[in-house]
Amino acid sequence: MRFHLAVLTTRAVNATSRRLGRGQGTVAGGRSGLKVDPRLLEHLTSGREVSLVTGTNGKTTTTRLLAVALGARGDRVVSNETGSNMPPGHVAALAGHRAATRAVLEVDEIYLPRVLAATRATCVVLLNLSRDQLDRTNEVRMVAGNWRAALAAAPHVTVVANADDPLVAWAAGAAARVRWVAVGLGWQLDAVGCPSCEGRIAFAPDGSWACVTGCGFTRPAPAVTLTATDHGTTFHGVWVDGRAEQITLALPGRFNYANALMAAVAAEAQGIDAGSALAAMGSVDAVAGRFTTRTVAGVPTRLILAKNPAGWSELLDLVAEDDGPIVISINARTADGADPSWLWDVPFERLAARVVVATGDRCRDLSVRLRYAGVDHVMEADPISAVGVAASGADRDRCVDVIGNYTAFGELLGARA
Amino acid sequence: MTAALRIVVVYPDLLGTYGDGGNGLILARRAQWRGVEAELTQAPSDAPLPGADIYCLGGGEDGPQVRASRSLMEDGVLARRVDEGAVVLAVCAGYQIVGKQFPGADGAVHEGVGLLDIATSKGAGPRAVGEVVAEATGVALPALTGFENHGGSTTLAPGAVPLAHVVKGTGNGDGTGTEGAVCGHVLGTYLHGPVLARNPALADLLLRWALDGASLAPLDDSAEDALRQERLGAARQARRRQSRRRQK
Repeated sequence: MRFHLAVLTTRAVNATSRRLGRGQGTVAGGRSGLKVDPRLLEHLTSGREVSLVTGTNGKTTTTRLLAVALGARGDRVVSNETGSNMPPGHVAALAGHRAATRAVLEVDEIYLPRVLAATRATCVVLLNLSRDQLDRTNEVRMVAGNWRAALAAAPHVTVVANADDPLVAWAAGAAARVRWVAVGLGWQLDAVGCPSCEGRIAFAPDGSWACVTGCGFTRPAPAVTLTATDHGTTFHGVWVDGRAEQITLALPGRFNYANALMAAVAAEAQGIDAGSALAAMGSVDAVAGRFTTRTVAGVPTRLILAKNPAGWSELLDLVAEDDGPIVISINARTADGADPSWLWDVPFERLAARVVVATGDRCRDLSVRLRYAGVDHVMEADPISAVGVAASGADRDRCVDVIGNYTAFGELLGARA
Repeated sequence: MTAALRIVVVYPDLLGTYGDGGNGLILARRAQWRGVEAELTQAPSDAPLPGADIYCLGGGEDGPQVRASRSLMEDGVLARRVDEGAVVLAVCAGYQIVGKQFPGADGAVHEGVGLLDIATSKGAGPRAVGEVVAEATGVALPALTGFENHGGSTTLAPGAVPLAHVVKGTGNGDGTGTEGAVCGHVLGTYLHGPVLARNPALADLLLRWALDGASLAPLDDSAEDALRQERLGAARQARRRQSRRRQK
């Protein structure tokens, strides 16, 4: 009874909030529903096959790719596709699609233990773990330790884990069943201290790693490896039994091929052929507005989300392929983390020859960072005006790359054409 | 000066969590912009620490912090160079480990490098996370602004002078209302931001210490000043909101 009332409440509040134009109506309804039935997440996932996806970077994209892959055979799949990755967002999505037999949920790093216990998920994908929103998460090692304890207490789970990330390997090492996937780790600086013994992890040029202090903690042998050929333009997943599947995506960036392979292995763990899973993912061309090309204030732009040093270092590779103007928008609201010190971990020096406009609530922090990086730039606090400033010196049809952290990105996504 | 000013960022692989590596870059650039030759080195924890005129230590997590302290003591270069007059800027975890003792992840007491006459223990209250404003008392500087994120409570012994008095935030968190500590040319603080990005006058003080008091030509710090004004203004507003809430 309470459960049915909670589902109705969730849907009603969401519908109202959508009608009033107060956002996409995912969090408000979920909160109300959880108030009526605190065990709503548990009740809404009962009888469904649940997969959870977490990690610092790539959660939203991997969740989307896995949902598409699991739906390839016609199964109905529900997913929190807007990136609301805490329990209110989960119950809002689940309450809206009662007929779905499978659920793929993106989960905030901190919430994984709680959500795993409530949903009794059978598959957990661990992508990577590095510094992000430290005012909220404090320490990445603490997060890894909590994952480890949660997975040790869930013997029914199959974990799909990035073997190249020592913190992920530490967390997944406690699980009963793990499929190790080697997809690389662009940002290694948070993983040098050994999570097992407080010693030191050393990385080899091929991405393998081991604790050199002698506790024996070392990279698990991967069951599947991501390989790049033709100067990093062609990607394959290579299984230990010799099978190879080419990955063809409509999404840009090496990191998205890593996300796709993680999703393919998770689909395979749930009885779906990896080749068909990857084929289904090929049609995904934008995820929650990321990588979309759209017009902002009359200017053609490519909107990109980058919210922490690991994400940025992958992204600079992508942005460096071009030489057009760039707008960087930085906020420090609740969902971004209150301390933008991490800007100093991003190698902005690589943008030295580009036209750069600094914008967002914290454009002054960014401006000081760019000054010491030797990047000439203009500061314009209003993001929409900043797009205009960036375009003013370039050709009319020149696409402007607009890179924002979480709320800055959301603001630009909602901006008028 | 014959040789370049040598600036070393100590163990960025262990003490680089909160963007504090920027402090080394800021010192190097502010020297170079004035025509002082400066050489910036990132010194990883698996190699002997190079000799330098300024050492920068940053924030790190509990586990790696223990490792960093142990390595610095085994290596011995940092303590020896401080005896010879080198300047040290130590932030957060770095601040704790240059003291006499600090707590590890398990709460156990670990011995620090002992450059500052301070001792840190696990704080009793919640972790101190947020914006800080502090009036400098230990050195002559304008108000300090930064962001703190730590669970330690640091007590100063008579050999160390508080860096500042906290106006907003927690700072040392030992009930004295102080923030940071200074002893000779070793300066410790809980402030990130990084601290030198938000307090360029502190960067210049460290440079003057390293350059034997040489006077430094002024720089165009309008970007830094704009950031300082914004942060100090935001903190004032937050304080006003807080006191209004208390009156209600």
